[in-house]
Amino acid sequence: MTQIVAEHAQQFAAPAEHSAPTSPSPEIAVKADHLYKVFGRRPHDIVKKLEGGASREDLAHLGTAAVIDASFEVQRGEIFVVMGLSGSGKSTLIRMLNGLLEATSGTVTVGDTRITGLPAAKLRDVRRRSVSMVFQHFALLPHRSVIDNVAYGLEIQGMPRVERLAKARTIIRLVGLDGWADSMPSELSGGMQQRVGLGRALAADTDVLLMDEAFSALDPLIRREMQEQLIELQAELGKTIIFITHDLNEAMFLGDRIAVMRDGRIVQIGTPEDILTDPANDYVAQFVQDVDRARVLTAGSVMEPVRSMVTVNSGPRAALRTMRDLQTSATFVVGRDLGFVGVVRDRDVLKQVKANHPDLRPIIKEATAVSTDTALVDLVEPAVESDLPIAVVDARNRLLGVIPRVTLLAALGNVTTTTGELPITEPPSTISLSVITETLRETASEGAQL
Amino acid sequence: MNDFRIPLGSWADDFIAFITDNFSFLFDFVRTIFNGAYEFVDLVLASPPFWVIVLVAGALGLMVRGWKFAVGAVVGLIVIVGVDQWQNAMDSLALVLVASVLAILVSIPLGILAAKSDLASKIIRPILDFMQTMPAFVYLIPALILFRVGVVPGIEATIIFAMAPGVRLTELGIRSVDREVVEAGEAFGASPARILRQIQLPLAMPTVMAGINQVIMLSLSMVVIAGMVGAGGLGQQVVASLSRIDVSLGFEAGLAVVILAIFLDRMTASLGTGSTPIGRLLAARKHRRQSAAAAAESAISAPVADLKTPQPA
Repeated sequence: MTQIVAEHAQQFAAPAEHSAPTSPSPEIAVKADHLYKVFGRRPHDIVKKLEGGASREDLAHLGTAAVIDASFEVQRGEIFVVMGLSGSGKSTLIRMLNGLLEATSGTVTVGDTRITGLPAAKLRDVRRRSVSMVFQHFALLPHRSVIDNVAYGLEIQGMPRVERLAKARTIIRLVGLDGWADSMPSELSGGMQQRVGLGRALAADTDVLLMDEAFSALDPLIRREMQEQLIELQAELGKTIIFITHDLNEAMFLGDRIAVMRDGRIVQIGTPEDILTDPANDYVAQFVQDVDRARVLTAGSVMEPVRSMVTVNSGPRAALRTMRDLQTSATFVVGRDLGFVGVVRDRDVLKQVKANHPDLRPIIKEATAVSTDTALVDLVEPAVESDLPIAVVDARNRLLGVIPRVTLLAALGNVTTTTGELPITEPPSTISLSVITETLRETASEGAQL
Repeated sequence: MNDFRIPLGSWADDFIAFITDNFSFLFDFVRTIFNGAYEFVDLVLASPPFWVIVLVAGALGLMVRGWKFAVGAVVGLIVIVGVDQWQNAMDSLALVLVASVLAILVSIPLGILAAKSDLASKIIRPILDFMQTMPAFVYLIPALILFRVGVVPGIEATIIFAMAPGVRLTELGIRSVDREVVEAGEAFGASPARILRQIQLPLAMPTVMAGINQVIMLSLSMVVIAGMVGAGGLGQQVVASLSRIDVSLGFEAGLAVVILAIFLDRMTASLGTGSTPIGRLLAARKHRRQSAAAAAESAISAPVADLKTPQPA
């Protein structure tokens, strides 16, 4: 993947030579700076009024302000989703990013090339080499076969026929259309047609991919499949993707970051979890209330601090005491470096203590541990199967937190759990306090005698 | 009130007089070209024995539409021979072909221009309305002055009368190409000329062909009128039968026009749909060429295949 990025960087250097380089920042793939698009008779006057604080409604009689003061930066290799209802200006915004529409005011920078104000021929060159696009209604050339459609971008780049067809065949395999190369688009289902559209954009091998409601015209099942495939492809190819959608669930599923648009303005930019847990205003809050939280929220964002935890070396007595104090029947066991080991149950520990066995290791049981970025939807099954809280670990397997069932339920239902007064201890203790205390005292005296 | 008179007519007269005086060399030149083209096509059509042309027409019909149409075409043309109008029919056909080709050569670029530019469209539209609705006889008058009696004024009047649907349907066809597909061409960096050639024209082709079909039909309907200015052919026969109140000649010449019209209409109409035997033949050839290219390319794809995209396992 690093190799791909390096090659793209080289591709980027080429157009930059003959156009005014702006701030050279290799990590920013696309940058929009105070972008306005106004349709009307005297658009610049309208922009001035908007800058002066006039609202879009006030100026409706003069013209339509489709995009108002949009600024954002898209990192290289990021999936950046622009989400909004129809009429929010998102399609206009994406068309300014490759110069299909000229910005009324503000600048767009792709890689090192400033798109705004570029002469038509150079703009075409940028589109050929740096930015490709996938369309809502596929926009395939109906009179050309699948392979010729996929090779279209390469054809315009001037690649010889045999070479571009060979490359198109590789792409056709990549998008899962093996065997359909010589079919006509009309013979394909919607989902397959959009695979051709995606293949056409991927074949052009540009760093940036603009996707305009690319999956909105597809059936829900196909849409899901395409979304998953897009994420796989993105991980494989490392493209920068700017994805437009009106579907919040799609935005949340695909987006590394999401820009929410309303009436031409970007009202919030943030990660899906930011937007879900900390909406910028009532509009966003109302918007996100229907979202499928189970797919967006991750274990890391809902986990609670670990209360019941002992180290392997601390022995059964310490474990039993911890459980007694927290009135729980199980406790997590970690290694010296906080590495997650497993869980011990009070009955087992009690036996061990009674037998005066100093080691916890024989009675440690396996427990479910998930990484911080696991979606809540994937926690439901482990939560059903075991009454233990689910352990959340980082990449080095250190125990970071736990998710008791109550927490999981509360997160899914968008209810606050942490009252601060009642720590959630799951599972509840099964052995009475007195028994534990008694046992501890007895064994303690034995230990003292020994 | 009776004194009120807009001298539009005399202005038009002055205008024609002016261009006759000053641009006669231009019209002589056009006359020579048109006449030459007509003479050539007429030579090709009228000099071989009739059965050669009938067989060629039948073969064309077979290729374009199938055997039923071929048989119909042969029978129809033999009827024209049978009513002794073959020579006149070939003269008229030559006139129609020359006028149609010229009208198409003018109208398609104009249609493209009108589709690409709203301003051009706004200017061209009323001119087309004028050309189409002005009674066709009126064109003959200045045409007679400028080109003198003969085939050329007939061709000129035919072009003006017949080109309007060519322009209109070309514009309509290009404008109704899916906006998103054109946008896709733009988004991948294709130049406007390339978008026109590779996307707009191919997709507008059925509509453009309908326009061409209309141009040919209108040309044929002008043949009769052209007969009044000495263009010869079936038109002259019809005009003669009218002046002599000759029902039999009128019917025979008129029937020949109808047969020619049906033949030309069916031929050109099926070209636009692409569902013809010849269309299938072309498609099969294209397919063969493609699979040959695929074979050639798979032979060399091993070194080419080291693309960035990893092969799925």
